[in-house]
Amino acid sequence: MMMKYLLQKEFRQLFRDKAILAMMFVMPTVQLIIIPLAMNFDVKNINITVVDLDHSSLSQRLITKIGSSGYFRFINTSASYKEALQSIEKEEADLIMEIPDGFERNLVREGSQKISLSVDAINGTKASLGAGYLTTVMADFNQHVRADLDGHAIADGPVIDVTYSNWFNPSGEYKYYIVPGVLVLLLTMIGGFLSALNIVKEKEAGTMEQINVTPIKKWQFILGKMIPFWIMGMIVFSLGLLVTRLIYGIHPAGSLAVLYLFASVYLVALLGFGLLISTYSDNQLQAMFVAFFFMMIFMLMSGLFTSLESMPRWARTIADLTPITHFIKVVRMIMLKGSSLSDIKTELGYEVIFAILLNTWAIWNYKKTA
Amino acid sequence: MKQLLVFVKKEFYQVFRDRRTLLIMFGLPVAQILLFGFALTSEVKNARIAISDNAVDVNSLQIIQKIRASSNFLVDSDPINPNQINTVLKKGDVKCVVIFPPGFGNDLIHLGNARVQIITDGSDPNTARTLLNYLTAIIADYQKEISTPEVLPYSIITETRMLYNEEGNGSLNFIPGVLALVLMIVCTALTSVAVVRERELGTMEVLLVSPFKPVMVLIAKAIPYLILSLVNFLLILLLCVWVLHVPILGSIVLLFLETILFILACLSFGLLISTITHSQQSALLLSIMGMMIPTLVFTGFLFPLENMPLIFRLISNLIPARWYYLIVKSIMLKGLGFEYVWKETLVLTGMTLVLLIISMKNFKTRLS
Repeated sequence: MMMKYLLQKEFRQLFRDKAILAMMFVMPTVQLIIIPLAMNFDVKNINITVVDLDHSSLSQRLITKIGSSGYFRFINTSASYKEALQSIEKEEADLIMEIPDGFERNLVREGSQKISLSVDAINGTKASLGAGYLTTVMADFNQHVRADLDGHAIADGPVIDVTYSNWFNPSGEYKYYIVPGVLVLLLTMIGGFLSALNIVKEKEAGTMEQINVTPIKKWQFILGKMIPFWIMGMIVFSLGLLVTRLIYGIHPAGSLAVLYLFASVYLVALLGFGLLISTYSDNQLQAMFVAFFFMMIFMLMSGLFTSLESMPRWARTIADLTPITHFIKVVRMIMLKGSSLSDIKTELGYEVIFAILLNTWAIWNYKKTA
Repeated sequence: MKQLLVFVKKEFYQVFRDRRTLLIMFGLPVAQILLFGFALTSEVKNARIAISDNAVDVNSLQIIQKIRASSNFLVDSDPINPNQINTVLKKGDVKCVVIFPPGFGNDLIHLGNARVQIITDGSDPNTARTLLNYLTAIIADYQKEISTPEVLPYSIITETRMLYNEEGNGSLNFIPGVLALVLMIVCTALTSVAVVRERELGTMEVLLVSPFKPVMVLIAKAIPYLILSLVNFLLILLLCVWVLHVPILGSIVLLFLETILFILACLSFGLLISTITHSQQSALLLSIMGMMIPTLVFTGFLFPLENMPLIFRLISNLIPARWYYLIVKSIMLKGLGFEYVWKETLVLTGMTLVLLIISMKNFKTRLS
């Protein structure tokens, strides 16, 4: 009975502030539509500047070959390495290829020649992928040159052919990877920030005292805060799934029921976390900053953008202890690979433990005395 | 001038009274730089990989041995059979499976041609591609080892130099990025709340009836945050140098001046938010929740800006953090001078002025 009135109050408060209500639904939908379009990590256009000191037909052939590989974009040719370095300093080029003087002549005469690549290595991914592509193109070019110069193919010794296929995403499109992740992130931000602000707002407004003098039990109070946000969260999640389907054409490969089961447990854990922050904070600014701190960790360490395995062990432990890490992993597994309930049972177990732990902590830390 | 001093003092008192917020304000960026400086990396290490060896001969075992030796991979100890591949990949821990067909070594030695099949988990396309590159390199290396030792004629050898980052520090790119992101969000949120709170509490009216110009009220509000943010920045720099071992190659004075400019831009942006919102909650939601992902994406440290559609590249120009990130990268990591960052500096200055003018105008009309 008491719960009914409490819920009535919470829902009324939620619906009263139309601006915040609109923000809850519009912001994630709009961001989900826009942001993944901007998050394109396909390394396709590597800007390259060439210092061709040879000007021979061979160096021209090499340049044409690189241009036709599709990964590189020639921005200019430089007369010297120094000039090329300027392009890198101005952020125009990512890579310098220097073909030495007498390249063609010496290749025939001495049997080998060096070509030096200089990569702007501040952005590690781009640097290593770029240098990797270029080396592959050069090796291929080298074989052709060898065949041409020798007139007949040289027996290289035994050859190992490597064939490969990318499962679950054969064309290697980045959107399949990023859209489900961003959906989780947006849901987390809405749920996390709003629940973190909620109790502390009552503290600042003074209405907390009024609730404290009622016979409402501690767990009832927390539950009353939880339910409206949980319902809103599930609506936001469904909206997000709709967007991924309609805009990006991503149909979940696995079962929707499992996805919803996981999302519902995750939301309980997340909201518990938000409410916990709220019970610890004195004012809204504090709550928001603490929430921001954790959101940054959630965003950058959860494997959303970078791979988890590459982090040091202690960082992986932190990642394991954040609920969002498991949710992102599971959403990708279910949506892209069609994993079943038994594939994700460990992650579900983690999430249930988080949900119980965080909420118990929040209830315990909420003191009815001021 | 004396009046201004009095007001600044009042603001400082207010800031210092709330110890907890102060602690959070300093603790948060420091903890974040440390965490991300150590944890984030763009390399792929310790990727779990499963092997389906249907040949079990000298050659396949030698290749597996080589893969095991690489720090990029963690090879699962039990070999799997081909019909388990789907199950293994669906569990999500294994990123890649290498399959040796039956008779691999035999084919290799007697026919001179053998085949290895690699299946990657394409749901993470970048990792998949990187792992494939690593594996191909290992196998090519092995192939070279077993082929005739004589040097092949007409070899083109590529030498790769990593500029600015010879040790291949995978987190280098994230430091200026996180720095710009954190400074931007913290400064914007602090100012917007500082103004909105006074309005919520009604004390803004009190300030404005004083014989002090409204502009001065805002300047006085901005000064403590400017100073605190600079202290914060200094702290982060010290951590970068001593703990993360990221050197500052360029001029520190220039870096500081640029940072002041950037903080001013963020403060003006916060001011603008404060003039268009009515409550602390909406100011906070707008400046943190609303700005967080756009800032993260459009700063360009995670996703290359040049890959984005034109409209997004245009939008990214509106984000102050994007310009600051470029400046910090050039000065701190590349050691370049002012002649390389004057364009970015000009943009930031222009932004600050425009933001200030708009918010001043809003501020005045609101109170009349």
